[in-house]
Amino acid sequence: IFFPCRHDDLKEMLDSNKDSLKLEAMKRIVAMIARGKNASDLFPAVVKNVACKNIEVKKLVYVYLVRYAEEQQDLALLSISTFQRGLKLIRASALRVLSSIRVTIIVPIMMLAIKEAASDMSPYVRKTAAHAIPKLYLDPDQKDQLIEVIEKLLADKTTQLVAGSVVMAFEEVCPERIDLIHKNYRKLCNLLIDVEEWGQVVIINMLTRYARTQFLNPNINESLLEEGGSGDKTFYGSDGNDDDDEDEEDKEKKAEAAALAKRKPYVMDPDHRLLLRNTKPLLQSRNAAVVMAVAQLYFHLAPKAEVGVIAKALVRLLRSHSEVQYVVLQNVATMTIKRRGMFEPYLKSFYIRSTDPTQIKILKLEVLTNLANETNISTILREFQTYIKSVDKDFVAATIQAIGRCATNIGEVRDTCLNGLVQLLSNRDELVVAESVVVIKKLLQMQPEKHSDIIKHMAKLTDNIQPMARASILWLIGEYCEHVPKIAPDVLRKMAKSFTNEEDIVKLQILNLAAKLYLTNSKQTKLLTQYVLNLAKYDQNYDIRDRARFIRQLIVPTEKSGALSKYAKKLFLALKPAPVLESPFKRDHFQLGSLSHLLNAKAGGYQELPDWPEAAPDPSVRNVEVKESVPEWTKCSSREKRKEKKVEKPFYSDSEGESGPTESADSSYSSSGSDSASASAESGSGSQSEESEDASDSEEEEEEEDKKKVWKKEFKKLAQGSEEQSSESDERKRARKSKQQKSESESETDGDEESDSESSQSESDDSESEVDVKNKKAVQSKAPSKPVIKETKKEKKEMSLLDLDDEPAPSPQVTPVNSFLSSSLVTDLEGLSLSDSVLSPAISPSGTQKCYELLHRISGEGLSVEYCFSRQPFGPDANMVAVQMHFANSAATDAKNLHMEDVKLQSGMRVTDFPEIELLPAGETTTAVMGIDFCDSTQAANFQTHSRKFFVSIQPPVGELMKPVFMTENEFKKEQ
Amino acid sequence: MIHSLFLINYTGDIFLEKHWKSVINRSVCDYFFEAKEKALEPENVPPILQTPHHYLINIYRGKLFFLAVIQTEVPPLFVIEFLHKVADTLQDYFGDCSEGVIKDNLVTVYEILEEMLDNGFPLATESNVLQEMIRPPTILRSVVNTLTGGSNVGDTLPTGQLSNIPWRRAGVKYTNNEAYFDVIEEIDAILDKSGSTVFAEIQGVIEACVRLTGMPDLTLSFMNPRLLDDVSFHPCVRFKRWESERVLSFIPPDGNFTLMTYHVSSQNLVAIPVYVKQNISFMETGSCGRLDITIGPKQTMGKTVEGLLVTIHMPKAVLSANLTATQGNYTYDLATKVLVWDVGKLNPQKLPNLRGSLSVQSGAPKPEENPSLNIDMKIQQLAISGLKVNRLDMYGEKYKPFKGVKYLTRAGKFQVRT
Repeated sequence: IFFPCRHDDLKEMLDSNKDSLKLEAMKRIVAMIARGKNASDLFPAVVKNVACKNIEVKKLVYVYLVRYAEEQQDLALLSISTFQRGLKLIRASALRVLSSIRVTIIVPIMMLAIKEAASDMSPYVRKTAAHAIPKLYLDPDQKDQLIEVIEKLLADKTTQLVAGSVVMAFEEVCPERIDLIHKNYRKLCNLLIDVEEWGQVVIINMLTRYARTQFLNPNINESLLEEGGSGDKTFYGSDGNDDDDEDEEDKEKKAEAAALAKRKPYVMDPDHRLLLRNTKPLLQSRNAAVVMAVAQLYFHLAPKAEVGVIAKALVRLLRSHSEVQYVVLQNVATMTIKRRGMFEPYLKSFYIRSTDPTQIKILKLEVLTNLANETNISTILREFQTYIKSVDKDFVAATIQAIGRCATNIGEVRDTCLNGLVQLLSNRDELVVAESVVVIKKLLQMQPEKHSDIIKHMAKLTDNIQPMARASILWLIGEYCEHVPKIAPDVLRKMAKSFTNEEDIVKLQILNLAAKLYLTNSKQTKLLTQYVLNLAKYDQNYDIRDRARFIRQLIVPTEKSGALSKYAKKLFLALKPAPVLESPFKRDHFQLGSLSHLLNAKAGGYQELPDWPEAAPDPSVRNVEVKESVPEWTKCSSREKRKEKKVEKPFYSDSEGESGPTESADSSYSSSGSDSASASAESGSGSQSEESEDASDSEEEEEEEDKKKVWKKEFKKLAQGSEEQSSESDERKRARKSKQQKSESESETDGDEESDSESSQSESDDSESEVDVKNKKAVQSKAPSKPVIKETKKEKKEMSLLDLDDEPAPSPQVTPVNSFLSSSLVTDLEGLSLSDSVLSPAISPSGTQKCYELLHRISGEGLSVEYCFSRQPFGPDANMVAVQMHFANSAATDAKNLHMEDVKLQSGMRVTDFPEIELLPAGETTTAVMGIDFCDSTQAANFQTHSRKFFVSIQPPVGELMKPVFMTENEFKKEQ
Repeated sequence: MIHSLFLINYTGDIFLEKHWKSVINRSVCDYFFEAKEKALEPENVPPILQTPHHYLINIYRGKLFFLAVIQTEVPPLFVIEFLHKVADTLQDYFGDCSEGVIKDNLVTVYEILEEMLDNGFPLATESNVLQEMIRPPTILRSVVNTLTGGSNVGDTLPTGQLSNIPWRRAGVKYTNNEAYFDVIEEIDAILDKSGSTVFAEIQGVIEACVRLTGMPDLTLSFMNPRLLDDVSFHPCVRFKRWESERVLSFIPPDGNFTLMTYHVSSQNLVAIPVYVKQNISFMETGSCGRLDITIGPKQTMGKTVEGLLVTIHMPKAVLSANLTATQGNYTYDLATKVLVWDVGKLNPQKLPNLRGSLSVQSGAPKPEENPSLNIDMKIQQLAISGLKVNRLDMYGEKYKPFKGVKYLTRAGKFQVRT
């Protein structure tokens, strides 16, 4: 009766006209919710206020609605229209609340709202849309539609805000659709460092799984073999994975791996490398979850030699809150089992303080035990010595076990440990003594014959000791009764006396002892055994009665007992293998850092970490249109920019023609620069975008600069011939160029480069799409038979279009568009006509291509060799790039038998020799063509040539790794 | 991800609950209470508990348990870090993270939690962003609000949320522009009975308080950056610059924040500022023991050691202590068996000493373990590793800020075994 009264009072306040009263009422209601009190009967009164003008009231109403909508579905629907209206104006928060109302009826409405929001202008709204996806995943019917939205958001251009949320949605809705990641993989890698911390964790975990399905095991060659070695070393080891069967399997695998390694040397996929490189700086994150995520990524994905970097970061986390320590230590414990060396330098960081919580102490102990080896065991044992004196008895017990494990693992200290443990037997604390007995029992099992005195000593302890320990002692005496023939029967006598008062585990061991003694020493113990068996026969515990009956049948020969009693001795006194003291943290099959790993049980929604594939799936699935990799370019640091300028210099000094316009077009060099450059690359060689993409994703960022350089060179080449027409305008442009450079450097110093490039990028996005439209028009207007020209045309258009930005009228140029066209037409037509007819290695007219020097006249003793990329298919092998070599003999004598030998290549590369040139007379020149398969990398191919052996190398510029391809207009569009 | 959050006080009362998905009955906490009972000490409660349908992840901060309920696989550290972030945020907002403060600001706390997580996934966790959306209560503002009817809730979308620098809000204005950096170093050490060092390392942290107008871009450089072995940064620090030039370049968040933490390589010998001579012994017969502790300066770099405090967890059998201190005073808590000796400033001429007898429960066996000493101290104006800030430059803004750097060394986990 009292509650409705108070609620009436609240209802009144909510119905009033004053915002302050409403606010007061809402505050009280929300406070009730926070305390966990039921406020659901106020729903109608509150819902009325959803359209309230006062923003604070409105927010609190939202809070209320989200809490109770599920319970009051019908009433909640009343408010939906308000939110739908809100979707237009306050999109993000309206969408957030709408999606949080977990009412299935409104799912279609939400689906529409999410779809709309996913293409909203504001990245914040898109982020909210991504957040809303898992909320909508109430019934599986929606899955397909949701996946569509996820796909769209994954392809989002300015993703650093959205990325974390959308990957989260991906993980919740469709973690199995790994194919959605392909196209976005590189983008995610490159964006990672700019994503907020929580997103980073989710993305890294997802990418770990992704990489496991897409790349090859980097340790396939050496690690398996090595592990085998270490397994041998720790023969008694608890830490190695030397279960017998497993070992066999391992060996097989190793053999396989070794065979495989011989067949095919491992080359890391550049994308694999990209992931490792881009996650490494995150080890320096302040967020422990991020550090852990990177650590597990390295542990699962990196080549063995590189995993070490994570140790330092993980040790740093040990300074954090105790809960963080707890999780980190669990993972470190697992890591130390597999890779002990990694943490060895940080041994002392795992030393235990008396103030640590018990669970931390025990985990640290585990790590210390795992880290113990011949060299550090004495330090570790000294530490253990101090721990044994601790007040915390659980911890002392754990320490004793740890000592036991050290002793089993490291043979040298076994005796020392045993002695130490025996001393502990006289400890005043029962727990300590009991634990020691248990551990000693395990140790003695390894070499019982040496230690009969210890067994004797322990026999004396049987009277006053904990049951578990007593059971252990009895077992020990029974097992090795032959070593202590005098004492054993006496112990049995004493035990028989107290049999009825013992605990069950002890009784069982007494029975065991009796049976074993009966078999070895029946003269002395026959009666005792009978007595014990009789006592056991009437025991309350059926286990013990069972055991007694079983033993009696086995050992006491009667006429009824069958053939088995003959084998009784064998049965009871079989040689038992020493127990393997194992770390409880051997949790191979769970992904580190996961909840499942910590609990050592599969948690709901856990995604298995897949095994490495035998053969790498097609890496080209990750290739994307260059346009989409734009964000990658915006990430250039100022340092790179500076470098960039440096490489520009020589280029400008000898450049002519249109390189000016292109450069000036990208007033914010980054995004549009790459764009036009890529376009030019396409046009330059007339190749598929795929290949150029390959190149653009090559390893180092510096190489990206190289690329740009290359592309610019391409421009230059394209421009050759147009110099007469544009030389005049060129000078003007150069002046402008320098001005621009200055402004660029200014913008650098203000250091706000990120936001700078961000804005410029969005600008260029716009212009890009504009250009696209125009391009399409241009493409359509062209004849289908001349695809290469078409592309050139496109590029030119684009440039001139962009040019408009800072140059109002292109007219001052002598013949603006046409001249571009005609000039480049010349070069392209050359290529076109030749490639049309010839598909065998052909010698193309030089002049248009840039020649690189292979061997200088001086160092070649008169012979000079230049090479260029003829940009034609190399007939014998489609994967090879044709390299045209010009030999010139300027020496006084003839050169003979020019050929290649001792080719030293990076793995995967192949070379087709040029036919041997038998004679090159003095003063003459000749040309030959060879093919090189660079494997789409820019590694240099090294080899020796000429009879006198000159060591030379060919380094391909990125743009030259293309092949000309013919396609119809339609095909071209499709590729686009 | 995170389903629900319960705030539980020391005695086991749930005083706040927040659900981000469907409501989970608070009876789920019973599993936690069970574990808490078993653990005796609150620090010993396992951080992660498994129940039939849920997983409970808890942290213990300032006598409060933050208990998160989750249902599916999620990296445990993710949740733990988030819970600490919640505690940090509340601390930031109200200057304290205690039951009383939270109860007083229940609605604000609830709103903050609402903003921090969306459907269980972190949304806005940066203090700067949150404070733009939900303004922290100040006395002045609450007065103004009651007079004008203004509100505590920001009506615009936080600017930081949209930019590439989510940690800083736009349009910051100050009349006094100042940037202060505190270089704080902690010595973690374990000394053994004889006074020799078992293990010692220096952990440092740079706390910053930056109140600068606009969008300043700061660069902080060190005289001797080589000292720093392992570092971790606030997300604002540009990692590339650090890698290439060993300077900290960043656009700072507004207000207080931790710029970086570092570790000084353990190869360098760590200077231990004090030495401790101690003798604690218990008689085999008779129920008493002796205690004698003297502390003296060792490597203090010419500075004074202040705030010296010795804490000893005595064995359970020790009933009382009858001691005399030449300096400062001591207390012995009978319930927790903790002896605290507050020494204060360390005077090198007259070394402080604490001696006397301990009375042990009669009949109880002689405690075999000797308690270890935990030492607390601080040294002003000194970074014990020798780290020095070289200069701080500001770009991007015209005005001249007031800059200051302060050094402090204190004992971290400094333990003397006996």
